[in-house]
Amino acid sequence: MHSGLLIKNGRLIDPANGIDKKCDVSIVEGIIAEVREEIADSGRQGRNFTVIDAAGKLVVPGLIDIHVHFREPGDEEEETIASGSAAAVAAGFTSVVCMPNTNPVIENETDVEYVHRKARQARKTHVYTMGAITKGLEGVELAEMGFMAQAGAVGFTDDGCGVQDPAVMLRALKYATMFDVVIAEHCQDDRIAGKGVMNAGYQSTILGLPGIDSLAEEAMLWRDIQLIKKAKVRYHAQHISTGGSVELVRAAKNDGLPLTCEVAPHHLLLTEDCCGEYDTNFKVNPPLRGQEDVDALRQAVADGLVDALASDHAPHLQSEKELEFLAAPFGIASLECALGLYVKALIEPGILDWPALIHLMTEKPAKVIGIDKGTLGIGKQADVTIIDPNAEYKIDVSTFRSKSRNCPYHGWTVKGKVDKTIVGGEIRFEA
Amino acid sequence: MPITANILVKKKSKQLKWHRKHLLGLRELSAEEIGYILDTAVGFEQVSTRSVKKAPPLRGKVVVNLFFEDSTRTRNSFALAANRLSADIIEFTKKTSSVSKGETLLDTARNLEAMGIDIVVVRHNAGGASRFLSRNVNACVVNAGDGFCEHPTQGLLDVYTIRKIKGTLEGLKIAIVGDVAHSRVARSDMWAMTKLGAEVTFVGPPTLMPAQAERLPVKVSYCLDEVIEKVDVINMLRIQFERLGGNPFPSIREYSHYFGLTAERMKRAKGNILVMHPGPINRGLEIESEVADGRNSVILEQVTNGLAVRMAVLFLVNQAAAQRVD
Repeated sequence: MHSGLLIKNGRLIDPANGIDKKCDVSIVEGIIAEVREEIADSGRQGRNFTVIDAAGKLVVPGLIDIHVHFREPGDEEEETIASGSAAAVAAGFTSVVCMPNTNPVIENETDVEYVHRKARQARKTHVYTMGAITKGLEGVELAEMGFMAQAGAVGFTDDGCGVQDPAVMLRALKYATMFDVVIAEHCQDDRIAGKGVMNAGYQSTILGLPGIDSLAEEAMLWRDIQLIKKAKVRYHAQHISTGGSVELVRAAKNDGLPLTCEVAPHHLLLTEDCCGEYDTNFKVNPPLRGQEDVDALRQAVADGLVDALASDHAPHLQSEKELEFLAAPFGIASLECALGLYVKALIEPGILDWPALIHLMTEKPAKVIGIDKGTLGIGKQADVTIIDPNAEYKIDVSTFRSKSRNCPYHGWTVKGKVDKTIVGGEIRFEA
Repeated sequence: MPITANILVKKKSKQLKWHRKHLLGLRELSAEEIGYILDTAVGFEQVSTRSVKKAPPLRGKVVVNLFFEDSTRTRNSFALAANRLSADIIEFTKKTSSVSKGETLLDTARNLEAMGIDIVVVRHNAGGASRFLSRNVNACVVNAGDGFCEHPTQGLLDVYTIRKIKGTLEGLKIAIVGDVAHSRVARSDMWAMTKLGAEVTFVGPPTLMPAQAERLPVKVSYCLDEVIEKVDVINMLRIQFERLGGNPFPSIREYSHYFGLTAERMKRAKGNILVMHPGPINRGLEIESEVADGRNSVILEQVTNGLAVRMAVLFLVNQAAAQRVD
């Protein structure tokens, strides 16, 4: 059916293979066939070959976002796997990982297969899912990790909340050592967090809103680091948000523990001060912290401590967000503008160059979840993103393919526009 | 010929013109604006002493008391204030403000607005609720307490009471004692008192202090005994059991021992100290009866003054709204 693509004249960045130069790529039958400085398009006429001129553009492995909420099953009014997938490819993502906190929770092999089936029907991006660590995300009984892993779940998390009971978490980590999977944690000790709705700090005091102390995150991350010393399984700290967490990650990595972590764009760009007008689009969990935390997270990226940039795309209906700050749900929908946000947070201030940014959006997150993606190596499935690095655009939520509009970046001007997204050799998005 | 408040207002203020159609908090007000409300309230205080306790400025206007939390004195005070200004008043009390149990705050407000109301007086358990409403309705919004963010009319009546007795707040030392973390009164008092030149100290156990209190324009003390001798005014906050998370102090007995305003402690206070309390009082907990009813107590005067202050607020926001239409 699909026969071939030839992408010419682009700047090819493939961190996994150490390539950053002007290079052509040919794709045959959905597979990367050739990567050379010059691939002639002669002799391919009549073979249903499409030639893409990528002059002035970046040709990179398809971007990967290992933390999205597509809300299906259960909250299809907010997002579906189809709408989320459309948003993903428009944003350059050829693989995403859905979180299991749907309704019902993704907690058995049938649930995992359901997500995969919906993704196949949507035919946009590769959709992976994590399964729940505990049944119903209740933090009590282990979910069927083995069956879910067999069905293709790429990891386990109770995201939305952390596993509160250390004994349960230890059990989960130990049990998971049987399988080659990652256990991911939304680090938040609920007893410390209480009923908090934003960072505990000056702003929460002024606004008269209950705060979530940064210790809620750090205490659980510290606990988990102790646990993985006992049960050596790949552990992934999701959306870390505080300077204290950065130091814990640094120490754990220095100790050689199998720990990875991710950072979300809002924690690299926004602070608790954004909540000053009670705009619920800034209500997110973990909450926006102080400038010193933003600085620490950016430094962590610069120091190579961060393994993945992940949007934590959390769509919500406008009617749900149109509530008093105390009552509105947590979450920011940012998948569709994520690349531009990372450029603003990391490239523009000179923290990363393009190859380093692409590395954090391709090979490194692929390794976190253990999938064979994120490279343009010969013989790999042809997931490719073509980016115009200098194109500026204004973020406009009304153009989102995502169903939700809870995006605080509306109106921001960002750089780095996705030009084409190729998934398995097929052009699934064109600007 | 009755003296209308209007005339008094014109006399008192030459330059400043009130332009806010909402009163959401005292944080955003200037000292001049606060002074302007207080001056306006002076005029309205006299209305309550007349045989016919009514003035006409809100005739034909509808005020809604939209209360999502229990309240007796604030709700009644607003109702009476609206009555004295000849407004019609609707009481709308909802025990629950939980979205899961019914229509949202926004829907409720829009429904009320569809009935043609002019001023919403709102109390809600969520900080920022009144600000949220003000952005979404055309009516004037007056905050009657939002979570532990602000309770601006309480703050105003507190400074009104102090100013009336002490003449000025400039240079006064004021202690606000108790559960500061969960107190909207403490926050509104802090803004109003510091803007008017007083030095404010928050006193209470560390477990009842808000996050990063050191960044607020106040001093913080954990020792009432050190503070009591120095202050001109002491405002005892009510321990709000319904808002406390966990147990921030081991027992009522121990709390009272360290932070209760006892007759014994009062012996070391200045002779002319003003004892205030936003009410309702937990007698024997944060304040002993003897002190609450004693000669330094202005607790009931606060209630009386609250009426004049609320009349002034309703009058001013309505006037600002009317001017905008013109």
